[in-house]
Amino acid sequence: MIRIGVPSKGRLMQDCFDWFGSRGVVMRRAGSDREYSGVIEGVAGAVPVLLSAGEIPRELAAGRIHLGVTGSDLVREQLGAEEVAEVARLGFGQADLVIAVPNVWIDVETVDDLDAAAAAFRKAHGHRLRIATKYHRLVRDFLQAQGVADYQLVDSQGATEGTVLNGTAEAIADITSSGETLRANHLRILSDGLIHSSEAVLWASRVAGWSAADLAAYRSLAARLGVSAAPF
Amino acid sequence: MTPKAAIRAEGERLLAAFVQAGAVPVEADVLQPAGTLLDLYGEDIRARAYVTDDPVRGEMMLRPDFTVPVVQAHMAHGADPARYAYLGEVFRKQARGSGRASEYLQVGYEVFDRAAPEVADAEVFALFRDLLSGLDLRPVTGDIGILMAAVRGLETTERRKAALLRHVWRPVRFKALLDRFAGRAPVPAGRVALLERLKAGTPAQLIEEAGAFVGLRSPEEIAARAEALVADAETPPIRATEAALLYDLLSLEAPAAHALSHLRGITPMLPAIGPAVDRFGARLEALSAKGVDVATLAFEASHGRTALEYYDGFVFSFLKDGMPPVASGGRYDALTAVLGAGAFIPAVGGVIRPGLVARLKGAVA
Repeated sequence: MIRIGVPSKGRLMQDCFDWFGSRGVVMRRAGSDREYSGVIEGVAGAVPVLLSAGEIPRELAAGRIHLGVTGSDLVREQLGAEEVAEVARLGFGQADLVIAVPNVWIDVETVDDLDAAAAAFRKAHGHRLRIATKYHRLVRDFLQAQGVADYQLVDSQGATEGTVLNGTAEAIADITSSGETLRANHLRILSDGLIHSSEAVLWASRVAGWSAADLAAYRSLAARLGVSAAPF
Repeated sequence: MTPKAAIRAEGERLLAAFVQAGAVPVEADVLQPAGTLLDLYGEDIRARAYVTDDPVRGEMMLRPDFTVPVVQAHMAHGADPARYAYLGEVFRKQARGSGRASEYLQVGYEVFDRAAPEVADAEVFALFRDLLSGLDLRPVTGDIGILMAAVRGLETTERRKAALLRHVWRPVRFKALLDRFAGRAPVPAGRVALLERLKAGTPAQLIEEAGAFVGLRSPEEIAARAEALVADAETPPIRATEAALLYDLLSLEAPAAHALSHLRGITPMLPAIGPAVDRFGARLEALSAKGVDVATLAFEASHGRTALEYYDGFVFSFLKDGMPPVASGGRYDALTAVLGAGAFIPAVGGVIRPGLVARLKGAVA
């Protein structure tokens, strides 16, 4: 039986159900809408597993689900290419992981400026320029590839846009779709500060146990969905 | 013997040889305070070192190398001069599927000596060569001091030189900066737009117009950099001839004796490298005196310019295809100043990986 992890609530769950539904695979929650179990129609040998979107990467990596829908930002942050394969981009849940600085930093427009400002900041303040984020790996890899120095990442699991105003960071790296919250907090995105363009993706776990029956079920599901019959 | 025991035996043999050469054996804690290492290497080290949390001592790292604790111990209460040797595990995260060990023994030798640094360089290199003889390794040497001297001697602003020196160990960024300062790369679009905007008023006005002031970075700091950007835009590019010499230096790879005569040839055009080239010459003499054939010894001017390093003079590696470096080391005078809170002593040293030596000897698979 293929287990398909899908987001358990909100807009993401509905968009996900719609995406499968429009391809003839109907998913819905079983029983009341407070119950976290699902049913699937139109394909045999598969069962939906309702999970918090944030837990789906972990479940894919552990092989407890065969397929899963979650944002590419979360998977790229937490997993490696040897754990999951991208099956399909679903065209919703778009958001960008970006670096933003105070709008009053009139001298900072690019990552190059940020690097130079960080050097001067460290000299003046005696500590490295703080960037608040929850995407430590993506941000660090991005800045390392560009050769940025003299910064430090400080962990922020929520309300990241407020950290500059509250004095716990000098800049941030966070997910934004419209940029509205950034502007409201007097922040501006660096012109080359796009770290990752995220969207909802259907992933396949390379770690899960794929029996012959599972692979057969996957092939008929893939035919329905119009995605690769052999994602890995 | 189990593989681990065989590797440790190899490490003990090398440690004994270092002690025989005059080193005092020293120990270092496995748990190191993360702050010092982060301040030294930056966030990049988080991708390489294991970080853990202690409820009382805060963030700690599993020792990623011995150099930092050994230098700290020396700066706190070391004899002068001093030679140290150590043997123990270091811990490095590896990319998944790389097959590389994330925990392995290192045996090292460090020399803190103010007299005749070139002789100390040669002493360390020759000692390593002797201990690794018969393993068919390829030695490669370099000298980051020459590159740094060349940058310091450029006819350009102190600000540009400081920017280049800051990124000496990040070759991609260094090259991008040099390309821009030399006028070889166009000014990035973002910078052009920024300069246009900065022309629209004084920094104080522009900051005022930008809305609510947030953050620790002060208006004075912002204005100072804005003014520096405008000044830099009016700075002429580094002269083409001078830039060409620097590019030439970055890619210089030749047998050491040949590299020396090449460098002597360009010194009249780049006089600032003179003292560094003299030191290079003195080192080759010292190496020759130790029986090293400098006519064939490989020299690469950019050797050792990788992230998470701190060498600022002589550098060397002993390499074998298909393996991480079996041994590596170099001079790190500046590190002693950073860790010594103002105090400073010239230092050179290196490490050998006993696990790789044991493998090459067939003692372990």
